[in-house]
Amino acid sequence: MEILVCIKRVPTVGGKIAVTPDGQEVDTRASGFSISPHEECAVEEAVQITERDGGSVSVLTLGPEAAVEQLRGALALGAHRAVLLETDGREFGPIATAAAIAAEVRAHPYDLVLLGNEAADTGDYQVGVRLAHELGWPVATGIKNLSVSEAGVVARREYRGMEEAYSLPLPAVVTVKEGINLPRYPSLPGRLRAKRAAVDRSAPEWAGEGMRKEALRVPESSKHQAEVLGEGVDAVPGLVRVLEEWGVLS
Amino acid sequence: MTVLVLVELDGGAPADASLRALTLARSLGDVNAVVFADAAPQDTLAGYGVTDVYLVESSSLEGYAPQAWARTLGGLATETGATAVLAAGTDRGNEVLAHLGAITGLPMAANCTLVTPDGGQTHRLVRHRWAGLLLEDAVMEAPVALFTVATDSVAAVPAETLTSPQVHVHKPELAEADLVVRAVESPAGAGGASLATARVVVGGGRGVGGPEGFASLEQLAELLGGVVGVSRVVTSEGWRPHKQQVGQTGTKITPELYLACGISGAIQHIAGCAGAKHIIAINTDPGAPILAHADYAVIGDLHQVIPALVEALRARLR
Repeated sequence: MEILVCIKRVPTVGGKIAVTPDGQEVDTRASGFSISPHEECAVEEAVQITERDGGSVSVLTLGPEAAVEQLRGALALGAHRAVLLETDGREFGPIATAAAIAAEVRAHPYDLVLLGNEAADTGDYQVGVRLAHELGWPVATGIKNLSVSEAGVVARREYRGMEEAYSLPLPAVVTVKEGINLPRYPSLPGRLRAKRAAVDRSAPEWAGEGMRKEALRVPESSKHQAEVLGEGVDAVPGLVRVLEEWGVLS
Repeated sequence: MTVLVLVELDGGAPADASLRALTLARSLGDVNAVVFADAAPQDTLAGYGVTDVYLVESSSLEGYAPQAWARTLGGLATETGATAVLAAGTDRGNEVLAHLGAITGLPMAANCTLVTPDGGQTHRLVRHRWAGLLLEDAVMEAPVALFTVATDSVAAVPAETLTSPQVHVHKPELAEADLVVRAVESPAGAGGASLATARVVVGGGRGVGGPEGFASLEQLAELLGGVVGVSRVVTSEGWRPHKQQVGQTGTKITPELYLACGISGAIQHIAGCAGAKHIIAINTDPGAPILAHADYAVIGDLHQVIPALVEALRARLR
């Protein structure tokens, strides 16, 4: 089984998120970079499949040269090959992103392409689906359980208390969500191997799309610092009063 | 001007997330609802100002097939001359509109909170990035604007005047390829499903200390007619299943009350609970970030406060 996993370098945000003065990007002066939990799980899922059934895992990112850091992170977890689709710093929209990935997929005989359900930063919820249409492959999204055989994949997710199972012939595109597995930590030999590994590079053309970003901003919160009702069990009567006031006690 | 809205059903009635989408749609033109079912929830749709309902019955399309749903919406958009097609920002809504974007080659904007026509083929919009931790102001140029509506930001508000929607039974034209990927449904275990729509959510984080610690949170949730939700660390540690996770990579909740117990309040967790009407935090640390997002806080150990609260609520019932 030849698997391609697509990941994205995004700022690691913890307690706070801020925007650069020009309103165009997340302020990353005080943050590192990582990939989203969905994508960590996509890498882990691919590695588990090839450990069991053989084959190899390629990991791809569309981003700046610095995104090699995230590719090496995935190699350390067991991916075999890394592909950088290098950008000049401009943000690719979902249509151009899908087209760039499709070009890589057409050049190699992949059976399965895994992505996160949505990128942590842009949250476009569509690159996997657009990629599948570009390739003429079937696609399932938001998947939390995947079983793979020669005949195809069965991909499962939940919807309003029901389990949905999708049977897809291969080749196919599947986008996954955190919870599909528990990603491993990188091993020391894995890290050493990743450090030395070669990275395949190409530079796709940027293209404008029908939607363009004007600015990013932090939403105004309706909440302010909480009023402290009290300490420990002494606060319970006050707590009950608030719940009564709000009408949540029926 | 006509706008089409994909309306998802929850036990025969329009899903809460779809009512939010209908509310936003009303500001854009005459609202035509598309329902994949054998019967339309006409009364609710009338209350939300829907003028026409397109009913796609199971005789022409049985079960959920994302590409077929998208093809159907695309066909109806052409037939009605719609200037926009909307869906709720749910798993299905985002997926179907992504397919419609791919089929038509048009841009699609996920999780919008505001959309304003700006003449010609232009719409100005505000949408979520980082699961709503940031807002993006954007401009969309397209003959048909495709977008989904954030499930935790726009309030569902009925129209001022009732309409009497006309129901049209619609038979979509589908290709075989549209039906390759389709859902086979079976009952799932209880849990995550009701989290998104629960009226009360009792949240537990690292401070709960382990899987055993959730017993009192379960008791409290039951007394309040709610469910238990958890932070990411709890699912990463394997204390609770992932489907109970509240946050950017879990479920976004919109309860009347979110009671966050032993949760420090990482920004990814806030993304999941910011849609709650009221938030109360119970935390040993008065400096925990969650307090900046809560209405009230109790400073103390949840292992003492929760059992005392459970006892007080039980006493009230007696």
